Amino acid sequence: MQRIRISYEKGVELQYTGNLDMHKVWERTFRRAHLPLAYSQGFHPQPKIQQAAPLPLGFTSKAEMLDVWMDTDEPVENIAKVLVNTAQPGIAIRQVSAIPLTGEALPNLVTAASYRITLEEPIDKDLLSQKTSQMLSTPFIERERRGKNYDLRPLILSLTLLQGQPAIIELDLTSLPGATGRPEEVLEELGVDPYSADIERTGLVLKQG
Amino acid sequence: MVPQSEIRKQLRRILPRVQKPGRYVGGELNQVVKDWQSVATHFALVFPDIYDIGVPNLGVMILYELLNNREDTLCERAYVPWLDMEDEMRQAGIPLYSLESFHPLREFDIIGFSLPYETLYTNALNALDLAGIPLRCKDRNESHPLVIAGGHACFNPEPMSAFIDAFVIGEGEEVIHEIVDAHQQWKRSGASRQELLRALSRISGVYVPALYKVKYNSNGTVASTLPIDSDVPAFVTKRIVPVLPDPPTHFIVPSIDVVHNRIAVEIMRGCTRGCRFCHAGMINRPVRERTVESIVDGVEAALDNTGYEEIALLSLSSSDYTHINELVNAITTRFAGKHLTISLPSLRIESFSVELMEKLRGSRQGGFTLAPEAATDRMRNRINKPIQTEQLLETARAIYSRGWTSIKLYFMIGHPEETLEDVQAIIDLCRSVLNEGRKIIGKKTNLHAGVSTFVPKPHTPFQWVPCDATESVLEKQKMLKDGLRSPGLKLTWSNPRETVLEASLSRGDRHLGDVIETAWRSGAKFDAWQDKYQYGTWMEAFEKHDLDPAFYISRSRAIDEVMPWDHIHAGVARKYLEKEYQRSLDGITTEDCRDNCHVCGILPEFNEARRLHPGELWLCPEVK
Repeated sequence: MQRIRISYEKGVELQYTGNLDMHKVWERTFRRAHLPLAYSQGFHPQPKIQQAAPLPLGFTSKAEMLDVWMDTDEPVENIAKVLVNTAQPGIAIRQVSAIPLTGEALPNLVTAASYRITLEEPIDKDLLSQKTSQMLSTPFIERERRGKNYDLRPLILSLTLLQGQPAIIELDLTSLPGATGRPEEVLEELGVDPYSADIERTGLVLKQG
Repeated sequence: MVPQSEIRKQLRRILPRVQKPGRYVGGELNQVVKDWQSVATHFALVFPDIYDIGVPNLGVMILYELLNNREDTLCERAYVPWLDMEDEMRQAGIPLYSLESFHPLREFDIIGFSLPYETLYTNALNALDLAGIPLRCKDRNESHPLVIAGGHACFNPEPMSAFIDAFVIGEGEEVIHEIVDAHQQWKRSGASRQELLRALSRISGVYVPALYKVKYNSNGTVASTLPIDSDVPAFVTKRIVPVLPDPPTHFIVPSIDVVHNRIAVEIMRGCTRGCRFCHAGMINRPVRERTVESIVDGVEAALDNTGYEEIALLSLSSSDYTHINELVNAITTRFAGKHLTISLPSLRIESFSVELMEKLRGSRQGGFTLAPEAATDRMRNRINKPIQTEQLLETARAIYSRGWTSIKLYFMIGHPEETLEDVQAIIDLCRSVLNEGRKIIGKKTNLHAGVSTFVPKPHTPFQWVPCDATESVLEKQKMLKDGLRSPGLKLTWSNPRETVLEASLSRGDRHLGDVIETAWRSGAKFDAWQDKYQYGTWMEAFEKHDLDPAFYISRSRAIDEVMPWDHIHAGVARKYLEKEYQRSLDGITTEDCRDNCHVCGILPEFNEARRLHPGELWLCPEVK
């Protein structure tokens, strides 16, 4: 058995494919590639596939990651080559590397995520700029998520409004158990309709595992 | 309406607000996207239910692959949106569009509906309306797409004849190319739409309803359905492919979960059993088998192309496939250790079926399904599905003793001449099966009785008989509910109000076009969805047009009555259907026709095809 880590981009073709369905997308990619996945024992054997951090429906991403356990000693370079050729539209593989079997689980390594938000609808940029500065200088932003109050401010690591049109916001948010920042919530706080924005994940920050 | 260039942009705003937005964006593995300008014909295949139901449809998949194999044609898909998405589309002015290129449907040359069952009719109208295409054929001109339809329900095309320009009767694999060719020729010629319809009517297996006139008797029955002039054929005979082509292998793999996520391969078409209630068994004759090699190679290619983890080997009666053992062995050896789930539905009630299933059973095990359809010898003889009760019990014992805990038994009530004793026998039989299971595996035993209500279908020996009256059906269902209450026993049944619609639409005539349109205009759609079906809306629509469903479903038809579908020939002769009906009344069975040809009419009809393709792929006798 070996464990590999795949970094990939998720494009518009899979923008509305949720995390559970992405599991199937990957399982089928390996099956088409004739690369044997390691299956669990029992009545309903499942392949062991672990995604780094769930991506909300509707987002695209430049920085997805997952770990896969395989029943083969095939060198990782060969695996990478085959996967690149069998990946379906919407997946662009960036890197495939071997990971120690006993290493820390991938989701536990993630600490932060970066997003690039493009506001497609015309917007008053001066007002937006004012609101972002205001947001960053506030010490406490109380919000409600699923009936529970929380403070959004410490989840925002950085927020930059780029020059030019259309308006683009670059955002770094924490991604820790119980402290995961969501780009839509930042947008709502800025008075921007999240449905009018194109949101792309541009990076995942991992701690050394 | 919103033009093509804007549709994607608009969708981005709408999709986050609807359930399962993945239904509306295409982009799946194996979808085919061609340059719009590079082809002569733009074909849109529409399955008129939601994506989740439509994507797994095998008929659509077969035609999609065949049409896209043509250099001069592109074929794209559309399904109907779910209610939330329909509201959003109508509000934003987004027309129904294809998933491959987001072109509005009205920009296509040909729109082809798949109509396997009648409860899709209102959805088909809804699709046309969402596409901005006039509903009725008479309101369309040269600027509109040609609207065609095919599928089992089209063997009685009359209820939808006002809306569909041309119906394909029978199998589409060859005729679809002839339709595209005729359309291209017509487009080049610049002739009128009427000329196109005329050209289509000359293709064998194509029915153009506008070229036929129906006359009625004073009692409302059909007097005749005749072509409007001598250039139009007097009747339309269904198309068949003499030899089943290799199965499709480039299945579209949806990126979201749908009802069946699998490779489906027909191992044969047709059935030799001759069950008298079975529409599929009558209209899909003759029986043609694929070779084991063609099936296994097809499965292998499809697995490589899709990565699917499930395979369904489809037919009307899998145990009857001549080389079933060889096939199952080949599949299990070739794909051993691949974590595949293989399903083989429609097995005969005998212990051999249990052996077959055991070989196919991987680690994922479900229930075991059998379809005795009736529980007394008397009734089984009438419907021509003779099974010995002891044989069923023996099969059940084999199933429970080899590790399955659940059996599903399919029955029907409302068979012709049915009595309450026949219904009581269903209860007794289910209890006996349950007891057999309990003796073997104890309290773990599960039995699911699925009891649907019989609808006498066109082109079958029962086309003359009335449907069982609603009060009688309710009484029988009450008996079943009272009699089948027990731990481990589950009963499901059909809502008699849904049966009324299915029966009227399948047995109806041209007058039903008005009813369908009125019902749709009053909000009827998704009639196949139990919680969306609007019985009241339909009854009001019948009333508005002075029609009574009882005329179509509760009336015994005289043996010489002209049926609304008599000008559509399924290859099985009416004489044969009459004979079979009489044998049913006399309680006489007719044996499997692979042992003894009963001259159903298929051979004279397709004499030439059989002569050119001798040998074992057809199960009919050879022709010299």
